[in-house]
Amino acid sequence: MRYSLNEEQQLLQDSAGRLLDLRSPVSAARALRDAADENGFSRELWSEVVKLGWSGILIPEALGGADLGYVAAGIIAEQCGRTLAALPFLSTAVTAVTALLQGGTTEQRQSILPRIAAGECLVALAIDEHPRHAPERISTSAVSERNGYRLSGQKIFVLDGNASDYLIVSARLTDPGPDAGGSTALFLVESARPGVEIERTLMIDSRNVADIHLTDVRLTDEHRLSPERAGRQLLESALDAGRALLAAELLGMARECLQRTTRYLCQRKQFGRRLAEFQALQHRLAHLFCEVELAASIAQAACVAIQDNHEDLRTLVSAAKAKCGEVAMLAADEALQMHGGIGMTDELDIGLFVKRIRSANETYGDVTYHRDRVATQYGF
Amino acid sequence: MEFDDTELGHDVLEHFRSATRAWLEANCPKEMRGPASSEDQVYWGGRRAQFASDAQRAWFERMVVRGWTVPEWPREYGGAGLDVAHASILREEMSRLQCRAPLMSFGISMLGPALMRFASETQKMEHLPRIARGEIRWCQGYSEPGAGSDLASLNTCAEDRGDHFLVSGQKIWTSYADLADWIFCLVRTDPAAERHKGIGFLLIDMAGQGVSTRPIRLISGTSPFCETFFENVRVPKGNLVGSAGGGWEIAKYLLTHERESIGDMSILPPGVARLHKHAILAIGLEHGRLTDGVLRAELSRWEVDSRAFQATLQRLREQATSARGLGAFSSVLKYYGTELNKRKEDLAMSIAGVRGLRWSNQAGAADPSGDTARAWLRSKGNSIEGGTSEIQLNIIAKHLLQLPGA
Repeated sequence: MRYSLNEEQQLLQDSAGRLLDLRSPVSAARALRDAADENGFSRELWSEVVKLGWSGILIPEALGGADLGYVAAGIIAEQCGRTLAALPFLSTAVTAVTALLQGGTTEQRQSILPRIAAGECLVALAIDEHPRHAPERISTSAVSERNGYRLSGQKIFVLDGNASDYLIVSARLTDPGPDAGGSTALFLVESARPGVEIERTLMIDSRNVADIHLTDVRLTDEHRLSPERAGRQLLESALDAGRALLAAELLGMARECLQRTTRYLCQRKQFGRRLAEFQALQHRLAHLFCEVELAASIAQAACVAIQDNHEDLRTLVSAAKAKCGEVAMLAADEALQMHGGIGMTDELDIGLFVKRIRSANETYGDVTYHRDRVATQYGF
Repeated sequence: MEFDDTELGHDVLEHFRSATRAWLEANCPKEMRGPASSEDQVYWGGRRAQFASDAQRAWFERMVVRGWTVPEWPREYGGAGLDVAHASILREEMSRLQCRAPLMSFGISMLGPALMRFASETQKMEHLPRIARGEIRWCQGYSEPGAGSDLASLNTCAEDRGDHFLVSGQKIWTSYADLADWIFCLVRTDPAAERHKGIGFLLIDMAGQGVSTRPIRLISGTSPFCETFFENVRVPKGNLVGSAGGGWEIAKYLLTHERESIGDMSILPPGVARLHKHAILAIGLEHGRLTDGVLRAELSRWEVDSRAFQATLQRLREQATSARGLGAFSSVLKYYGTELNKRKEDLAMSIAGVRGLRWSNQAGAADPSGDTARAWLRSKGNSIEGGTSEIQLNIIAKHLLQLPGA
């Protein structure tokens, strides 16, 4: 069994779902927004799930993690999507941990990973520089100096950047030397390091996102992630982990939109009948149901592919991000349209889903970005 | 990663895989690997069947002996009694070597599962082994000129004459009726009963007096579809499966199997050139991208949906226990799979451009032009046959979303 959940995973799904229903229902996301919360997530809730092993879900047991793997992480992400739970799970526990696991030096892994697992620090990926995701187009430069590097540039849309203790920054090496010049490298940088300026930006989904300005940040060789692993590949691996998990989160939101809309159509009466009795609406819901089923399958396939380091990993991850993005946007649109006027009001939660879906869809490449990547992977 | 297998179970499965691989390599003739390029390369069995080659006969006979024409059926009915895990390994290994199915048959994909569940032991022993051994070719008699989407309005009648039924009426869209030996039919056994309750499921030997067939020509040219006529056909009482009023339940169950096999259609057998490969050849690349950027985007969108659909097939197969089948989820596969196939054929026509418009009156003629257009035209029927897309959406609305009034 690969694409359906085993008993242990089913249990994880149930317990994560119950916990979030209880501790982080959609009203909690609304409250964070209304309070203009500085972090964009609840530190309290984070400490609680740290105890359940969420922060260390990908970290080996020897380093204090739960080592449950990407399929389990996908299950949690889907549940977070369902209740719009805001947590630094994607940034710290998934993308940063993946980068460190695959490209961190022994010292970096041993110093940071146990602290992440214990919930003692947050790490954010500072990758994007352009309004549309283009992680290979890097202007941030790392100039080689005696004993290290000097880092300068700007990063945008850094998830949980404002709350992070460390940043993993992509930069172009401008060493005039024979091989290193122009290639990509990743650096693990303390957020408090001189020259790092973090500016929180408000986004439609009220999550914690920041712009980062780097001005002559002095780094040593110890800051650089393992030079043995090509920076470009490492970056793609970290991003692919994030994309697969975003696909799962989008799936969770799509499911919830479908469910809420179905429930509403079964209650709301017009022309003396429940809306759900009209075939024109039944067929739209049934079509959406099929799309959500397809999204569920490909999201799971992407998590399994990362878990197994499948040769077709890149294609499957992009297919999942594209499909889940498309389906979630459809679910959001259908939810709005079928709720009618009431769905447009801020009082109802549908708008919160619409906003988070848009934002998650843009994160690490939108639908067309990933369709393009699929075509490239196929060689056309 | 294996989620639920014990180490021991895993070893057993891996042993089965290597043994299966070795057997297939030794026993599947080279000629029987790779996709069939014409209709006569597919063996359908039946009283009048001829093998196209010695290799086809050898492959078929070897598979029959192992029970691998119907690997999941119990041994007493001609199968190999494999569980889901073993059967899926067999499928994977056959697909790896591109082995063709040794026997194609509506008896296997549709009637068999229904008999397994609803027939008497005598009926099972009479029919299942003959399906497994390819001795009898079956066709399906459901639709009538006046009963399409509203199948339950059918009125081919089976009048109770004591020791036999007297059957009269007309069926339509009976695929391969002109080549079939037996037909499984929905017939009205009680015109007075509530319409779903007066329907029986009857097995009819087409060699009997009063059965005739006539092929139907489609917009795509010749087709396997036929009209089938019954004029006072005597059918023994023992050929009724289940009760005289229990046919609708059997029909519904059987339709779920038909839907699954139609939904599979958009999955290409390995080895068939993929759509994007055609596109690369026909349109050409510039900087590694198709020169028509908009078509490239459409194609990529189709590939994404196709991957998601394949993953769904795999997931639902894992979840379905072989006895219960997929139930209403087969409507998801039927609906999405056929719509996906129509999109594929549309894209194939776009890729072919004006070449795709060429036509010859004979399918599979020496000049292959016309095949693209023929496949495209034929695909339009995919979302009609076996229950229209609209009927599938009705089923999903009713059984999977539980909407009122659906």
